[in-house]
Amino acid sequence: MEAAAPDRGGTVLPELSSVPWRARTDKRWLRRWGRIWLAWTTLYTVPFIAAGVLIVALEPLAAPVTLAAFAHAWIIPELYAYRGASVVRPKGARSEGGEANAQGFLGDLLRHEERELQRRTGLALERGELGVWVVGEAGALLVMGRRRVHCFCVRASDPELPPSDRVAHLLLALREDEEGFATVANHAFAGAAWRVRRRLPRGMRPALDAARQAAR
Amino acid sequence: MARLVRMDGSGHTTLAEWTARDDAAFEAAVEEFRGHLELGYIGTLPDGPGRATHVRELPREAGLVVMRRPIAGG
Repeated sequence: MEAAAPDRGGTVLPELSSVPWRARTDKRWLRRWGRIWLAWTTLYTVPFIAAGVLIVALEPLAAPVTLAAFAHAWIIPELYAYRGASVVRPKGARSEGGEANAQGFLGDLLRHEERELQRRTGLALERGELGVWVVGEAGALLVMGRRRVHCFCVRASDPELPPSDRVAHLLLALREDEEGFATVANHAFAGAAWRVRRRLPRGMRPALDAARQAAR
Repeated sequence: MARLVRMDGSGHTTLAEWTARDDAAFEAAVEEFRGHLELGYIGTLPDGPGRATHVRELPREAGLVVMRRPIAGG
């Protein structure tokens, strides 16, 4: 089921040949996965809330157990959101040697506002057909309709690249074929933007805020 | 002056430069381009704001062609 429909740059991402079994990640696919993640979140939080309410109704002295149940209902989605937000955190060994050079090259690919944002946050904002992307060194967030975020793990295959070159790799691939980029990437999480924002490092949050603003 | 650039550990390296009228320089750039394709690099032509095109042959009229490594799900 190799992707066929080119978009944006009018080309098909060559890396799609490495994942021939994957259906092309288009808007419909993303909406469906968004609904599945919502259903899944509901499925594992509602029983904890219901159990907590039932326990305290039957035995008020068991209130601490109720609190523990409520805590589970809160913490589990937070852990998933943490996993989602982690896709844009810097990971592993980083080659900083050519960073100044790479930063200049990446800056040339971005418009003024996005360049400033990238220098402050380390994340590049990119408007696409699917939504607004926030691209990091080893992953990307896709903001759809301000409230929902899809998180993708994806990276350049060369570990020697400086951080900004890693971002530039992902940015160029995204610009070549947006749906192909989302298809090659591993989908890590879909959920509320506010929840992902809470789990981002403080310095990166303005990038997600800008993406939500742009996605209006 | 058009440039063929490779993204690498140094940030980026200029592999070749040519002008549309300079056949020899363009042929040298084509050799570099093909050599890097064989090494697994991918040719990308940034062609305007928010747009890029995958190229299998070096376009003579291009301003900048970037050789990048493949990406993969992490």
